Amino acid sequence: MSSHEIIIGLAGVLFTAAPIVFATIGETFTERAGVINLSVNGTILLSAMSSFAVAVSTHSIFWGFVAGIVVGMGVALTVAFSSIALKQSQVAVGFVLTLMTRDLAYFLGNPYMGLQGPRVHNWPIPVLSKIPVLGTLLFNFDPLTYFSFILIIAAWWWIFHTRPGLILRAIGERPAAAYVRGAPVNKLRYLYTALGGALVGLAGPTYSLSVKAGWKGTISGLDGIGWIALALTIFGGWDPVRGAFGAYLFALLQWLGLVLQPYMPNIPSQVLQVAPFPLMILTLLFVNIGNTEWVKRTLAGLPPDARRWATRILRWMQVVPPSALGTTFEEE
Amino acid sequence: MKIELRNIHKFFGPVHANNNITLSIPSGSIQGLLGENGAGKSTLMKILSGYLRPDRGEILLDGKPLVLNSPADAIRAGIGMLHQDPLDFPPMKVLDNFMMGYPRGLGLPKREAREALLSLAEQFGFSLDPDAYVDTLTIGERQQLEILRLLWLGAKILIFDEPTTGISAQQKEKLFAALRRLASEGKTIIFVTHKLEEVEVLCDRVAVLRAGKLVGEAYPPYNLDDLVRMMFGKVISKGKRIEIPLGKPVLQVKDLAVEDYRLRIEGVNLEVREGEVIGLAGMEGSGQRHLLRACAGLIRPVGGEIWVDGENMTGKTYHSFLRKGVAYLPADRMKEGLVPGLTLSEHFALAQEQTGFVIDRAAVLKRTEEHIKRFNIRGRPDSTVESLSGGNQQRALLALLRPNLRLILMEHPTRGLDMESAIWVWNTLKERCRQRTAIFFMSSDLEEILHYSDRILVFFGGRVSEPLDARTTTVEQLGQLIGGRGFESQPEAAREVAK
Ligand SMILES: Nc1ncnc2c1ncn2[C@@H]1O[C@H](COP(=O)(O)OP(=O)(O)OP(=O)(O)O)[C@@H](O)[C@H]1O
Ligand SMILES: [Mg+2]
Repeated sequence: MSSHEIIIGLAGVLFTAAPIVFATIGETFTERAGVINLSVNGTILLSAMSSFAVAVSTHSIFWGFVAGIVVGMGVALTVAFSSIALKQSQVAVGFVLTLMTRDLAYFLGNPYMGLQGPRVHNWPIPVLSKIPVLGTLLFNFDPLTYFSFILIIAAWWWIFHTRPGLILRAIGERPAAAYVRGAPVNKLRYLYTALGGALVGLAGPTYSLSVKAGWKGTISGLDGIGWIALALTIFGGWDPVRGAFGAYLFALLQWLGLVLQPYMPNIPSQVLQVAPFPLMILTLLFVNIGNTEWVKRTLAGLPPDARRWATRILRWMQVVPPSALGTTFEEE
Repeated sequence: MKIELRNIHKFFGPVHANNNITLSIPSGSIQGLLGENGAGKSTLMKILSGYLRPDRGEILLDGKPLVLNSPADAIRAGIGMLHQDPLDFPPMKVLDNFMMGYPRGLGLPKREAREALLSLAEQFGFSLDPDAYVDTLTIGERQQLEILRLLWLGAKILIFDEPTTGISAQQKEKLFAALRRLASEGKTIIFVTHKLEEVEVLCDRVAVLRAGKLVGEAYPPYNLDDLVRMMFGKVISKGKRIEIPLGKPVLQVKDLAVEDYRLRIEGVNLEVREGEVIGLAGMEGSGQRHLLRACAGLIRPVGGEIWVDGENMTGKTYHSFLRKGVAYLPADRMKEGLVPGLTLSEHFALAQEQTGFVIDRAAVLKRTEEHIKRFNIRGRPDSTVESLSGGNQQRALLALLRPNLRLILMEHPTRGLDMESAIWVWNTLKERCRQRTAIFFMSSDLEEILHYSDRILVFFGGRVSEPLDARTTTVEQLGQLIGGRGFESQPEAAREVAK
């Protein structure tokens, strides 16, 4: 493989990871607020299908995207409403919704199977895209990919460097304490669930109008992506930058599966396709190693300086879920 | 600011937690609020801080009616509250906690906040590291952080709900000095407690609640007997030391060493006999807990031996200790002792020896009702444990203990309990001692340790004193030992490792 092919391939990784980044960051916002939206997988399918259908019918990419976002928000608000107002289990509702939206996508999408539809065009950035190597790697995408880059930074900045972001972390951590500090906990939970849902919804049209343009029903290859996004949210420790890093790792593994296949004829292609999934699980295990008893014991034996560093690194690696994740909070 | 509460009522289902309470508090004073467990103190304060809404009644601030729909309204009106259990964010940093709730702007005012935190801390003689994580702080420090935060937000009325529970003697002194100072600056302080000594040294006036009603007010010099009568409707007292003849040895600890990554205790030698009570004194985190947990089989000792009833139990599991009749009651009742969400009768069903597969509802209910009566628990068999007041949770825990135990290990057996409940708890425990159970407990209440123990071990930074005879030790001696006097030097070493 030539170096040019590798650069194109890596740019492809950034491009195909964009929808996963959207879904992961969306779910990160939602879970930071203390709500688990388990419907991500089905939502992506339904929003991919509906935005394709709308774009085909209206000949407008714009309305296609609107449709995808609305679907995502709608499903997310259903989770929020049944949890906050009806006090139902978020996990149960989300799980039912993920199955329902998936079937709905396949069923309602039938008439649009295999149709030709519009797709988003590339917008090479003037001047910058002409830089050798870097231009191809970073500045020759469609707007969605650029948006995914901006979103990572913006979400990270919002969550960790703004006042509303601090409150967001607070309501997922200890809603009662956030409430006594004046935060309208449940209102914010609706808001962030809707925002998160909108981003998950955006992943749909990013597939059906760009990354994997079109709608091919069950062979669209989108099934499972939502579960990966949910895992990445955890792997990323509810941090957009780390979550996005995971998304790129996953896209990279998928790409490697494709390019390495010809070199490894003995390994069935399915193995390489499935490999990214167990690899993600291994990473999850590794991330949480600092919690285990034997690691703590080993640490205790180190000299003080080394121990302090090791503890710091482990503390950084370790992911701690928002304590109030999945619980409801009743304002009097 | 002057506060007036008028005819406040609050119901929780059938419980009338606040019954027609009318109280006015002038500005610049420290108002005490006394009452037994479950009297309705926290409820009233939560109403004043906007956390709960009264079912009837009104609040006036400087004569103007004030409607509080949420804590946000109260903060805007200048009312801040420190809740009974610190409502903060342990996994976050001190500075983040400090800024949390700052009402304006998109960016985080990090530099401003850091400066404000440090300068306020200096004014009050607190030392807080803005970059430390809150879960590494003591309860007292978390409280100091909350006080500074509220002051930064401009609170003019500060409510403290039982702030002295779980803090050290020095922290208490600092807290009281801060409160006096705030009052002298014209702020209104409300101080909730059930300890008479604290009212006596601190409060300019006191109101007493009993069973949801305001039963009276008093001014200094206080007549403590009157206050007790108002609180409980009768006179109660601790009574004399109970002496119980000791039997044969139950627990033998030989040259024990226990450690975790913060602290190491070693060279503990002790023999505890039937009917004996051993008190463990020392500042929080000096190693008392390690010893208790080792004796319960929860942590494996790194050296030495533990014998129970003549059997070497070193390194055995919690369950084998349990089978030998060793019970352990942790400090955090809701986290480790009881199961939130389960009812009292479900707890009794769990605690019972498992015989069948299906729960015999009728039998469990009967047992639960018996225990509720015998242990005087204010609650019903179908009350969930978290709806019980602190005192009643502790009673429930004691009721759940199996009969014929050999050794009971307890952390803070009466923390948060009013005088009557505390006396009741100890009467129950001494009753157990008469039936030849030994008790091993830690407490930060020196009076409690001196009054109820036979012998005392003092912990300081992981080092353990020789057993002291409780009859001949004074509070002063004990206080000095806890502060590290009498132990050989190098007191800093332990703290250094803890960082
Ligand atoms: N959220 C709630 N749901 C049901 N009952 C409650 C609730 N909060 C308080 N209660 C009940 O209201 C009564 C008053 O409780 P409150 O917490 O005000 O007492 P307190 O005076 O603060 O007691 P303590 O000294 O134990 O803190 C108690 O009987 C308690 O069981
Ligand atoms: Mg209370």
